[in-house]
Amino acid sequence: MNFAFTEDQLLFRDTVRDFLAAECGPAELRAAAAGTGRSAARWQKLADMGLTGLTVAEARGGLGLGLLDYVLIAEETGRVALPEPLIDQIGIAAPVLADFAARADVAAVLSGLAAGTCKVAAGHPDDPFVADAGEADFLLLGRDGVLHLVPRDRVVLTPETSVDPLRRIAAVDWAAGNETRLSGETGILDRFRDLGALAAAAQGLGLAQAMVDLAADYARTRQQFGKPIGTFQAVKHHLATVQVAIEFARAPVYKAAATQHPRDISHARIAVVDAAAAAARTAIQVFGAMGYTYEVDLHFFMKRAWALAGVWGDRHYHLDRLSRMVLSDDAAIGADGTFQDR
Amino acid sequence: MDLRYTPKQAAFRAEVRAWMQAHVPKQRLKSYDTREGFEEHRQWERVLNSGRFGMVTWPEAMGGRGADLIEWLIFEEEYYRAGAPGRVNQNGIFLLGPTLMEYGTAAQKARFLPRMAAGDEIWAQGWSEPGAGSDMAAIRTKAIRDGDHYVINGQKTWSTRAAFADWCFGLFRTDPESTRHHGMSFILLPLDTPGITRRPIPQLDGEPGFAELFFDDVRVPVENRLGDEGQGWSIAMATAGFERGLMLRSPARFQETAKRLVQLYRRHEARVAPGVRDQVLKAWMDAEAYALNTYMTASRLIAGGKIGQEASLNKIFWSELDRSMHETALSILGARGELLASGVDEAGEITRWLKGFLFSLAGPIYAGANEIQRNIIAERLLNLPR
Repeated sequence: MNFAFTEDQLLFRDTVRDFLAAECGPAELRAAAAGTGRSAARWQKLADMGLTGLTVAEARGGLGLGLLDYVLIAEETGRVALPEPLIDQIGIAAPVLADFAARADVAAVLSGLAAGTCKVAAGHPDDPFVADAGEADFLLLGRDGVLHLVPRDRVVLTPETSVDPLRRIAAVDWAAGNETRLSGETGILDRFRDLGALAAAAQGLGLAQAMVDLAADYARTRQQFGKPIGTFQAVKHHLATVQVAIEFARAPVYKAAATQHPRDISHARIAVVDAAAAAARTAIQVFGAMGYTYEVDLHFFMKRAWALAGVWGDRHYHLDRLSRMVLSDDAAIGADGTFQDR
Repeated sequence: MDLRYTPKQAAFRAEVRAWMQAHVPKQRLKSYDTREGFEEHRQWERVLNSGRFGMVTWPEAMGGRGADLIEWLIFEEEYYRAGAPGRVNQNGIFLLGPTLMEYGTAAQKARFLPRMAAGDEIWAQGWSEPGAGSDMAAIRTKAIRDGDHYVINGQKTWSTRAAFADWCFGLFRTDPESTRHHGMSFILLPLDTPGITRRPIPQLDGEPGFAELFFDDVRVPVENRLGDEGQGWSIAMATAGFERGLMLRSPARFQETAKRLVQLYRRHEARVAPGVRDQVLKAWMDAEAYALNTYMTASRLIAGGKIGQEASLNKIFWSELDRSMHETALSILGARGELLASGVDEAGEITRWLKGFLFSLAGPIYAGANEIQRNIIAERLLNLPR
């Protein structure tokens, strides 16, 4: 039993953190929001670092790492509210497609993903919109229990505007066909949703921490009554309460990445939705009126957290699913059931 | 990362499980906050020690098994799974024990640890005073050097287990001119020393879980001081870290409560309001999260990592979790939740929830009020100004 990341995993995480801090700061977010929302140059740098191929097999030109390596990276992209759809690709599309890599067309898509030259957008049939469909070469979509890989030229997109100025979403009209079909294996769309839920949870951890850190920064400098507002216990306790929620959402996310068990994924998902919502609510309060403006950076993180709370199964979906597992006769409840793989 | 128990760990679990099955009393013991129950629990400590299960993390020479933190978690899981009695000597084994290991002389370790493990000496703690609660640096009780003794005068309060305990550890001002965190020493003393008066204080449930201690020219040998003279505050902070952190409240305790809560909910599911389900699930998730977090910390510490602000984060989380689980249980029980003792509650289940609820209300207060923990998190983790 060793519930800890390796030195290598943490070192890689730190490298990516430094890279993202340099390449995707608040100024870059504002530039993206004012422009197309996406930077081809930044995408190329992500590919050059190997990040676009993080979870793609080495034989396909990727780094061949697993979801445990990826989950730390997803957390870091949340920390900077990265606009590019890196996480949808390496956390949802690549792991799903890997199961069909024996097919030449899928193998080619995976190689393209790793090289950063091919983009795959992913959208669960329960969700009304697909993110980053416009720039995608393929869309991973589901219908009637079947997973499909659909070329971009076979879909009609109706772009919509997200509250998050950096999300690019669209309703997708498409026709399923034998040539788009990947698999109708039982539960395939549940696994699809679970990978999305894990991606949202891992990013949410980073978003929540970013919001708390921004608010703490502000509380250290903003003066009222002749002193920094961070000296006031009301402010301290607000932020400490959120930090507790974040800390106790972390281990469930890491465990979910390790086991990919539906019970663990739903737990992680709910814990992060709650922690990130609390972080947003608290951070805007600490910023006061400034927090209600477009001028401070907080809103980028709040809006991403709100958007991610709804997709890939919302809180209610995951609570209902969890209840069926926890409240059933065969659920492993009790201390010695924590690490039983069920 | 490898979330599988090793064969050695699995074997240890099996050993603990079998031993507990054979030794845990079939009848629930009386509360250790009664004289009779206190002695029943002392006897249980002796039984535990006979199986070298008194404190598995202690070195073998001290009656332990040299277990690491993961094995300790496994032990705790099996302990709570078996429904074993509460630890009447928790002040000793979980708080003073680790402190002695770190700061005690060889003679002090040899003198105190085996008897602590055997249940021969049950410990109370002596931190708070009437004027020093959350502000522990306001302690005024003096221990003035007189030759090879200290002479103690003053008063302690909220001394857990002090109504019936044998010994007490605490913080005393050895430099009468000192203020705040300076000039205090950590002293161990037998509670039957002449000059000590105990006044038990009934808790919410009516039982004397703690006591006031009055010291009137109480003479304690200098060799009963732990660490250097004047080092008391930093030693006490280390002890408080053990108290808030990993040792005092192992996750298994809350996971077993969550399990009982799920069972309670399922028995009453047909008549409770729909929203209660979400509270039950929240309890399950939080108990699980606390366990996962503790496994993560334990793994990190075993690999040579240092403990950070986990103690404060943990203390807030488990104390609020415990309270909310018991509130949820009482809301499921509805009007029957007020039964403190009754024939219709044959298994004592309602009383157990009710008493657990009363006790859970103390959680956010003892071991450093949660407001203090939030200050610590804000100032040391989030770097907010003091």
